Amino acid sequence: MSRSRNTDNIFENVDWLVIILYLLLIFVGWAQIYSAAWYEAKPTIFDFHREYGKQFIWITTSMVLGFLILILEPGFWTIFSYGIYVFFLFLNLIVPFLGTKVKGSHSWFRVGEFGIQPAEFMKFATNLALAKFLSNANLQVDKIETRVTAIFRNYRNTFIALGFIVLPLVVIKVLQDETGLAIVFAAFILSMYREGLTVSLIIIGAVLGLLFIISLAAFRGEWQTWPLQASILSLGLIYFMMMKRKFNRVMLLILFLSVASSIVKFGPKVYDHIPDHQRKRMDVFLYFAFGVGNVNLDKEAFNVDQSMTTIGCGGLTGTGFLEGAQTKSGLVPEQKTDFIFCTIGEEWGFLGAIVIIILQVGLILKLIFMAERQRSDFSRVYGYGVASVLFFHFLVNIGMTLGLIPVIGIPLPFISYGGSSLWSFTILVFIFIKLDANRFAILR
Amino acid sequence: MIRRPLDNRKFVITSVVLFFTLLYCGRLVYMQLLTDKYEVKARNSGRKVKVDIPPRGFIFDRNEKPLVINDIAYDLVVIPREAKNPDSIALCRILGIDLEGYSRRMRKARIYSPRKESVFEKQLSSETYARLQEILHYRLPGFDIVKNPVRKYPRKIAAHLLGYTGEVNQQKADKDPYYRQGDYIGISGIEASYEKSLRGNKGTRIVVVDRFNKEKGSFKEGKYDTIGIPGNGLYCSLDADLQEYGELLMSNKKGSVVAIEPSTGEILAMVSSPSYDPNLFVGRARSKNYPKLIQDTVNVPLFNRALMASYPPGSIFKLIDALVAQQEGVLQTSTHYPCAGGYPPMGGKPKCHRHPGVDLYGAIQYSCNSYFSYVFRSIVDKNEFRKFEDGYENWRRHILSFGVGRHLDTDLPHELIGNVPSVKYYNKVFGKNHWRSNTIVSLGIGQAELGILPVQMANVMCIIANRGYYYIPHVIKRIQNDTINQSKWKEKHHCTVDSIYFIPVIDGMQKVVESGTAAASKLSDIVICGKTGTAQNPHGKDHAVFVCFAPRDNPKIAMAVVVENCGFGGTWAAPIASLMIEKYLKGKVARTDMEKRMVEADLINNKNIVAEPQH
Repeated sequence: MSRSRNTDNIFENVDWLVIILYLLLIFVGWAQIYSAAWYEAKPTIFDFHREYGKQFIWITTSMVLGFLILILEPGFWTIFSYGIYVFFLFLNLIVPFLGTKVKGSHSWFRVGEFGIQPAEFMKFATNLALAKFLSNANLQVDKIETRVTAIFRNYRNTFIALGFIVLPLVVIKVLQDETGLAIVFAAFILSMYREGLTVSLIIIGAVLGLLFIISLAAFRGEWQTWPLQASILSLGLIYFMMMKRKFNRVMLLILFLSVASSIVKFGPKVYDHIPDHQRKRMDVFLYFAFGVGNVNLDKEAFNVDQSMTTIGCGGLTGTGFLEGAQTKSGLVPEQKTDFIFCTIGEEWGFLGAIVIIILQVGLILKLIFMAERQRSDFSRVYGYGVASVLFFHFLVNIGMTLGLIPVIGIPLPFISYGGSSLWSFTILVFIFIKLDANRFAILR
Repeated sequence: MIRRPLDNRKFVITSVVLFFTLLYCGRLVYMQLLTDKYEVKARNSGRKVKVDIPPRGFIFDRNEKPLVINDIAYDLVVIPREAKNPDSIALCRILGIDLEGYSRRMRKARIYSPRKESVFEKQLSSETYARLQEILHYRLPGFDIVKNPVRKYPRKIAAHLLGYTGEVNQQKADKDPYYRQGDYIGISGIEASYEKSLRGNKGTRIVVVDRFNKEKGSFKEGKYDTIGIPGNGLYCSLDADLQEYGELLMSNKKGSVVAIEPSTGEILAMVSSPSYDPNLFVGRARSKNYPKLIQDTVNVPLFNRALMASYPPGSIFKLIDALVAQQEGVLQTSTHYPCAGGYPPMGGKPKCHRHPGVDLYGAIQYSCNSYFSYVFRSIVDKNEFRKFEDGYENWRRHILSFGVGRHLDTDLPHELIGNVPSVKYYNKVFGKNHWRSNTIVSLGIGQAELGILPVQMANVMCIIANRGYYYIPHVIKRIQNDTINQSKWKEKHHCTVDSIYFIPVIDGMQKVVESGTAAASKLSDIVICGKTGTAQNPHGKDHAVFVCFAPRDNPKIAMAVVVENCGFGGTWAAPIASLMIEKYLKGKVARTDMEKRMVEADLINNKNIVAEPQH
């Protein structure tokens, strides 16, 4: 039944385009880390006391990891998916108590000069568990065409599926206080959407969120926003009109209208009472994305201001490798990790930044394309999960350097400095490469 | 493939991805291509990190007179990348260089780094500085003038002791992250020993500059700046007047003088002659003068004899013999040994000069070689030791306890050890069991392989002055705004000889100056206890040695004087010590003819040597 089973060649059916994109991204990232962390007295890229030297170790070990995953039978992942999920959830539960405190964060296990964040590995574990759950034979209904839709018709199943992502999100946010690492799990909404997550929930959520942000922007900028708010509200209304079941329609409509109006009315007032540092982050976002309100460019808005200035200095072709004045001044915050896109924008300019975006989006679209060609539900759900996580990172990371998204500390996949994230992305992608290589078999 | 109802959702997802991609690309088009507001902003709020090198701490003597202070030097620096079309002709005219010299300097700077500051011309005169200042900002882009504090020595003394500063070498800069290439660091002497206190702490300032590289003020009101902390002033134990007088007396002589206060271990003077003017080693002059001084192999002015020259101590070593022998119970003050112009058991070797028959006092007074040969052998061959080697080892243990032949661990760098040979050494030279006390009897009179540094000789005098203990000699007294750990300098180090045995030796030493080998150097109202010595020199004329302390009771100063290649200790070394004691204890010197005779004598070229007046 399976072609790959009959051969010893582990590279059979492996999609090389993905591997090439993967390699391009990590080596561009390595070069950029070298530039961002460059220190005149330690110019060799293999200096293991500097980030670029350490990243080399992470890159090598990642490749070994990827190779090991290609050797492993793909059935391993379906059989042990829940076990892996429980194991990493357990690691995440104990790390605040047994790990090392680094910069006020409780999310690290430390070995010598190197640190590991179990939260990073929770991503692929969650993705495996979710894929396993959504492809479970027990959920199957009679007609194959409607099977997947049916999963989310069942409220119990919806809650369990959401539970898989809410559990790590809460553990990482509450116990480890890592907002960036926690919020990533929201990305799986996208893969669940593909599997049939009721679209009303997403649309209602999106409309309410949009309303909230517009109300805030209006509040900060003293806009006349009723036309905007009215149009968004009417879009919501039109959506409800299109719904089929009458009873649900009326009930939900009433609920929607009351929540929406209270957001418009009370949102800005509630906003003033949320914790200071979070409100400031939001203020900075509103300032740069909508140009409203007032922020202190030397304090809360310093990061984003620096980041945008640095990118803006790049021009069409950039200042050249290692020549970025802003990058070298050392005032761009976290430029080796979360703000690495700034140094790309400055040193390689518009062309370089576009190339990075094309590489990232190219990989995401390629993964979506591959997910769609899977015969096995498990593989498809998993593939979409990988694409969703990568897209979420791309969206938030680059968005924040451009001032379009509130600052949330998450890395740019394959490019930012960091061992755990590189390992985590490598595992995510390579498991899918292996599943895809085996796509002619049905995995359960 | 079966089409399923959810398959359309892939298009929705792809559209979402593409929507945000296009949104981001659009934002990049605006930020990087359409608007130049970010570039303008970056250029007008350009930043430069400036390192503030704090002034180095001053060094004062024990009476708070300045020995080392700071001066300002102006260096012209350039960042080659930013030097776009500078007015090179004007620059050449002001600096007095030609265009070829200009391009050579620029090339050198560019090789070092196109992006970083490097020195274009060092130590400008204030006039050049003023003329450059006028055109600097608008006609010389990329150039800048930095102020550098340099060391200045108001009195040209104590060059070896104070040491000098220079640019840090690459190895040190690699090891210690505080230093960057081009930083100054203490290289020798006190400058090196107390580098951390003297240097202070560097600060960094971030300054905002406009597109002409002109400073517009501090960045974010100094939020990211760190303040440089000036180096602390250091009070050393040196007495500048005594040091200066010692250097004057030692002029045109090779040798060394070390004076220590016995009650504290503080070094009062440390002369190594020939010396050099410490101002020769400041800034740009250093690269010119250093090779000149280091190539002077005849006078070796850079060599600090006080800490590095190891001499056979000669007769002064007899004092230690006398002390150890009494402690071992093999010598009483009344003990007599025969002397027949030499040591009889060895056929009159080592030889001795004419003198009356002596007990211990007389033996010290007349420095009888024969007497101390007997004494030495009686210690080493003491009955209680079954093996001869054990007796020698016991003697050596006593000697080492006097701070001789081992590292004293002073607070000055480059201090050597000297030499008191070990059993192992003699076994290697003579073969095991092939040497006896008579083989090495000349150790007893301070000759043969023995090597003692002038600072160790002075320290032995401290032990005798204190009747049995010493403090490790040191130059530090205190540091401004800083408490140093004084416990090391306050700890008494006892030698193995009990204090009662010192009295006869001190009596003998008093007689040496009153009516013995150094009688010409006695002072009418201060009792000096001393001992002359002649250090054998296989390469030429013997070295004169004199050690002493004064006054006898409650001693204030202990000294060692070594004058090379001038024979007997009483003629040259003792008067120098005596004059310095008079200077230190009385403030001025009354014996002007002796002073004149000493100052003028040129023992290097053998000129102006006036014979000692006969009594």
